[in-house]
Amino acid sequence: MSDVLAITEHRRGELRDVSYELVSAGRELADDLGGDLHLAVISGQVEEFAGSLSREGVDTIHTVSEGEEFNHDIYTQVTERLADELDPSVILMANTVNGLDYGPAVATRLGRPLVTDVIGASFDGETLTATREMYGSKVETRVEVGSEEVAVTIRPGEWPEANGNGNPEITEFDAAIDESAVRSTVTGFEEVGGGDVDISDAEVLVSVGRGIDEEENIELVEELAKALGATLSASRPIVDNGWLPKNRQVGQSGKSVTPEVYIAIGISGAVQHVAGMKGAETIVAINDDPNAPIYDIADYGIVDDLFDVVPALIAEFE
Amino acid sequence: MKALVTVAEVATVEDEFEIDGNAIDERYLEYDLNEWDDYAVEEAVQLSEDGLVDEVVAVTIGPERSEETIRMALAKGADRAVRIWDDSFDGLLDVAAKTEVLQAVVEDEQPDLILSGVQTGDAMFGATGVSLAAAIDYPWAAVVNDLEFDGEIASVHRELEGGVEELTDVETPAVLTIQTGINKPRYASLRGIRQAQQKEIAQKTLADLGLDGVESELELTEMYEPEVESDATVFEGSAEETAGELANVLREKGVAQ
Ligand SMILES: Cc1cc2nc3c(=O)[nH]c(=O)nc-3n(C[C@H](O)[C@H](O)[C@H](O)COP(=O)(O)OP(=O)(O)OC[C@H]3O[C@@H](n4cnc5c(N)ncnc54)[C@H](O)[C@@H]3O)c2cc1C
Ligand SMILES: Nc1ncnc2c1ncn2[C@@H]1O[C@H](COP(=O)(O)O)[C@@H](O)[C@H]1O
Repeated sequence: MSDVLAITEHRRGELRDVSYELVSAGRELADDLGGDLHLAVISGQVEEFAGSLSREGVDTIHTVSEGEEFNHDIYTQVTERLADELDPSVILMANTVNGLDYGPAVATRLGRPLVTDVIGASFDGETLTATREMYGSKVETRVEVGSEEVAVTIRPGEWPEANGNGNPEITEFDAAIDESAVRSTVTGFEEVGGGDVDISDAEVLVSVGRGIDEEENIELVEELAKALGATLSASRPIVDNGWLPKNRQVGQSGKSVTPEVYIAIGISGAVQHVAGMKGAETIVAINDDPNAPIYDIADYGIVDDLFDVVPALIAEFE
Repeated sequence: MKALVTVAEVATVEDEFEIDGNAIDERYLEYDLNEWDDYAVEEAVQLSEDGLVDEVVAVTIGPERSEETIRMALAKGADRAVRIWDDSFDGLLDVAAKTEVLQAVVEDEQPDLILSGVQTGDAMFGATGVSLAAAIDYPWAAVVNDLEFDGEIASVHRELEGGVEELTDVETPAVLTIQTGINKPRYASLRGIRQAQQKEIAQKTLADLGLDGVESELELTEMYEPEVESDATVFEGSAEETAGELANVLREKGVAQ
């Protein structure tokens, strides 16, 4: 009743970093509650994964060897059954694309309130207080859930990865999967965004976002990139609109880049964008909104209209 | 074959704003069709134009103000709309509450295909579509950026992280949560806007749906501007001055040399 059950993630044979973050977040919540931390490892090389996840603070790891890759019907069923057996206060999942694909189903099937994409969480007695963002990260909020049983998804990158060695009990869980309720079939994977340019190699990136407004204005940032000897990249809406090809997209669903200089022009700095560029050595933002979240990670900024600043900057280098 | 599209009206915040209690002061909010739902509407309308769907119904949970937004969906080609509101709704509607309401609409409408967006731009739960699927026991797929539908099986691409897509087949009836970029949402034409005036928006209360009351278990207790840990150097002055200072920094870093 005071335990935490965290569901780990892997893809194509490798545990994802967020799995270790789930251990840290799960341990914190279990400490608040005075309970145990259980992990579930579902599908793939479960024994190997359980070995890697035997970190300090983990009490028990439940392995379910069923298929290779993520399947939301399997994850939903296993989590439901484990919850029935363990009766945890918190079911902790990751706010990843796969988390979005089974987390809400788990919560709804079990009749638990769901708090998604949290960046902080703690228990005070039986009340969970979670911190999450709203309005494209312009504000933070606190939400309280007065329920003894909740489901929570955590934003990747917000908790440290757990690393000390631990000695959890590792047990095989017989989830008795109902195959007739597995109604989706993964038929394969496809890599997208290949092609002539690899923005992840670039030392200097000029990156353009929705602030550019019109397709014909892309020329302006192209010109800047040329003047600087830089490579042109973009945020998602530019690629969604078809103004630049997919291989130019920086972010969670695009490329991760680590250039020496990243110049974000008319980009707000949404979490999914930042996920792909926070490793840049120097970050420059040109954005007329002083509250844009990109300024939280920028080293240099110009809070002004890009249509004034970019031509002036081009002139500097001509 | 009937398609139901869940459509949310979302608030966007102006650059400068004030927080009033636990909400952003109304004066700094603008309302719009949720970006992700715009793509979901387009996808449904395209299926209808391709003859795979006979009727596209848009449903929204929203106050009277949101009629304007749902009219946008009608102007873009949805055939009719349902708007649910109840005076008891105030504050944040959580995923479970929205699910309960939408479930009742599904029971009324019996759609074969439900398209929702991946997330709302304001509350950013990213959960209502899949939660609804679980509630009504339909198969589902989340974060879909490509759809081929033969009338029975939806073959979708799920956009994962890092430029990888998962190919998945889902039996219908099903719920798909639609990701931006799956299509090119059309602008409403003048003709579409005119036609939308004639289309039906059925207004329903919880009682009309046979629900007693729907409550959120999530309570928003605080809203604040995040503490900025930023130590960004922000250049001040005219565009020429700031560009000049930035150019110096870039040159120091060896850019363009
Ligand atoms: C599952 C998922 C995956 C995603 N993956 C990615 C991803 O890989 N990459 C990605 O980028 N996004 C991704 N997103 C989308 C992300 O949430 C944001 O919607 C997106 O990053 C916003 O792009 P933007 O900053 O260009 O646009 P906006 O957020 O609209 O920002 C535009 C900015 O331009 C500024 N601006 C406007 N006009 C001017 C002007 N004249 N001068 C100066 N500044 C101006 C505005 O102040 C604003 O800050 C994903 C979302 C989801 C749900
Ligand atoms: N108030 C609402 N009315 C109708 N549909 C909604 C509403 N809120 C959310 N949805 C749908 O659920 C999706 C995900 O929203 P959310 O879980 O709030 O991020 C949205 O893209 C909509 O399709």
